[in-house]
Formats: sequence, C-alpha cells, structure tokens
Amino acid sequence: MRYFNNPEALLQLLRTLQSGMSSTLFIFAATLIFSIPLGMVLALLRMNRHRAVSMPVALYILVMRGTPLMLQIFAIYFAIPMLTGMNLDRMAATVVAFSLNYAAYFAEIFRGGMMSIPVGQHEASKVLGLTRAQTFFHVVLPQVVKRVLLPVSNEVITLVKDTSLANVIAVGELFRAAKNESSRTASIEPLFAAGLFYLLMNGAVTLFFSAVNRRMAYYKD
Amino acid sequence: MLQAIDIRKSFDGESVLRGVTVRVSRGEVVAIIGRSGSGKSTLLRCLNHLETIDSGAILIGGQAMVTTDAQGRAQYKRERDLRGICLKMGMVFQDYNLFPHYSVLKNLVMPQRLVLRRSPQEAEQKAMLLLEKVGLSDKAGEYPCNLSGGQCQRVAIARALCMDPEILCFDEPTSALDPQLTQEVLSVIRQLAAEKRTMIVVTHEMNFARDVADRVIYMEDGLVVEDGPAQEVLGSERSEAIRAFAGDGGY
Repeated sequence: MRYFNNPEALLQLLRTLQSGMSSTLFIFAATLIFSIPLGMVLALLRMNRHRAVSMPVALYILVMRGTPLMLQIFAIYFAIPMLTGMNLDRMAATVVAFSLNYAAYFAEIFRGGMMSIPVGQHEASKVLGLTRAQTFFHVVLPQVVKRVLLPVSNEVITLVKDTSLANVIAVGELFRAAKNESSRTASIEPLFAAGLFYLLMNGAVTLFFSAVNRRMAYYKD
Repeated sequence: MLQAIDIRKSFDGESVLRGVTVRVSRGEVVAIIGRSGSGKSTLLRCLNHLETIDSGAILIGGQAMVTTDAQGRAQYKRERDLRGICLKMGMVFQDYNLFPHYSVLKNLVMPQRLVLRRSPQEAEQKAMLLLEKVGLSDKAGEYPCNLSGGQCQRVAIARALCMDPEILCFDEPTSALDPQLTQEVLSVIRQLAAEKRTMIVVTHEMNFARDVADRVIYMEDGLVVEDGPAQEVLGSERSEAIRAFAGDGGY
C-alpha cells in the first residue's frame, strides 16, 4: 500500500496519470473523427456492385481485422519512414493506425446497418423521384444511425481500452504513464489506478450512448 | 396516356412477362387481376421502372421511357430524363413503405421539397390538403409506427398524390390488411376513381375490381388473357379462365 495511505504519493500518482490522460483522450477523439467517416466510405465501396471496387475493400477489411492492431501500429510507425523517407511522429503514426483499423470495423457495422434497411425504402424513394444521394442522406442514413448504435457503442468502448496499445511505440498515454510509475516505485497500484480511469471513461461512454438511444426512441421500425 | 408494348421480362432465364401489351387512357381505372406468379405485379413494377424490361416499349404521356433497338434489346432513356418521365407515375405498395423516421407530415413534405423544390409552406399546404382527403389530417404529427395498417396505406396514397402523378399505380394495396381496414383504403381509391384519376390497380379484390374499374385485365403465365370492360370480364358472361380463377365453378 504505497499510495493509498499516503496522500502526497497519491497526489503525485494522479498527476502522472493525468499527464497520460491527455494523449489517451487525443488518440480516442482523433480516431473517432477519422474512422467513422472513413468507415462509412469503405462500407459504401464494399457494397459497390462492381467487384473491381468491392473486392479490394473486402481484402483491406480482412487484413485490418485479421491482424493485431499492435502489429499495425509498428508497421505504420516503422514502415512508412522506410518506404517514403517521411518522418512520422509517434502520435501521428498511432492515430493513422487506429483510424485505419477502426474504420474496417465500422465499415462492417455500417454495411450491416445499411443492408438491414428494407428494399421497400429504396423503392419508395425511387418512385417518389429522389436521387440516389437524396435517398442515402434522407432515408437510409438516419435509419442506419439508429440501427448501428449498439454495435458502435461496443467499438467505442473497446477503443477506450485499445488506446493503451499506443504505448508499444512509446506514446506517453495513460497506460504508459502508469507502467512507468509502477516500475519506478515497484508497485502494481498505479496499474490498477489506470484501470479505474479506463472504467470511468467507459462509464461516461455508456451514459452517452444510453442518452442517444433514448433520443432515437421516438420511432420504432 | 400509357402504352406498354410487347413487354418481355425474365428472371434468371425464367420468363415472367412473355409479350404483354397494355394501354391505359386518361381518366381510366384499370384493374389487373390474376394468380400469384402470373406476372401482374412484375408488370406494374416495370411500368414504374422498379424492374428493367428485356425488350418492349413503355410510353408515358407520349414520352418514351424505354424502347427496343434493332437487336431486340431494351434501351432506357438517360437517367436524368428517366426521372422526369417516372415522376408522372405514382406508386402505392402492398406494405406502404412509409419512412418510419419521419412524421406523417414529413413523409409527405420531404419528397416535395427535395424533388419538386417546393417551398416549405407550399409543400405543407399540399400535404395537409391530401391528408384531409384521406381523412387523416389529425395524424399529421404522428409517426407511422403509431398508425394502423389502413391508416398507413392512406398516408402512402396521400404521399404519392403529393407528387401530382398523372397515373397512380397500386400494387395489391389491401393484401396486408384485414377486411375492415381494407374497406377504408378501398373507399379512398373509390373516391379517386370518382374524380376521374387515371389508375392501375393490381388487386385480389374481385368485387372491388368489378365495381370500381372501367377495365379489367386478367393475366396468366406472363400473358394478358383477357382485357375488356369490367362488366364483361367479371360479369355473368365471364369466361372459363376467369371462372376458374375466381373459383366460382360457373353459374
């Protein structure tokens, strides 16, 4: 009990973890901002009737979902400078790897959501004269949002915890801060404290999604 | 008003329409009857460009939607022209296909705004007028999930009418409804017939077809077998084929 009966050490621990939090929250937010739109584009390409378009996307999704995210982080951090000569900073490499990886999962969730919209919705839109873009934005997308809410909340919760993987290329996020503190003081308590932080973040994510879910309850399909 | 000439259509090598010719004049109500699988719904869907035909020609209000080239292949108009031609047709589906995430009013307003570029006031005015016509002006703020099947179908009819179609098509509009709800939908269609609207109704309701339709088309195995005034096709002089279909064994 190095920390929990020592207010000064506890304050020091919290300060250390807080310094990691900003990177964790940055990875989390940036990944969602990039991967959700990218996932939507990938889903549409995956559903394209031309195999020349859909097959490469299917392959992409297979590779991104089929290999460890940790490996992808390494690959992007080390391979891109080697191939292009461009120097990628650790945080940029992390956000790129996370966004490319999560986009693949979101793509499949969105594709499932779009395929679950009855064909009659498309037919009704067509006979009313809506263009394909209007049908997508005014008829399909609003209904897809409601249908994918649960699987998306799953991914977002996983993302909160996955941000800890960034520590493999020495990004100073929450988990790395806790690990450093843990080895400095030869105590496991900082790691449990970090666990508590992840739990609190996911508590907030859960509350957010229940609120959105309530807001979407104004209609049943 | 509408001409469909020698329409052929097959799905995976199976012929569903084997040379169907149908003409509909302005103000005429045409009922298409026939067994399941006779091709009647497919024909209606081809007229609304929900299916593409293999060969034949469809002209709506004198404008060709599709013609057949010298090689016997169907040639559709360009996408942009096609949309304008198809707007002359309205369609009411068996399972309504209302937009569940929009209120009744928004279901009627949204297409007018997006497709016809009507102002919000104009679109709403039109929508309320047509909701009144189908007796549902008090449901404007409701969502489709809170309506009965009959009410949904009446909203769907109002939504189709909002686009001012020249021909209104119904694909078995009452097949998903119980007898009482069927009556409320049929009375709306009757009212439209009285206003001399051009309509094509694919239906199983023989009595309705006889009472409301000017003309009845009977289809069997992808062909038009009978085409004539309702009183003739469905009257006491009805043919053997119709007798067999109606299951009345002759009288």
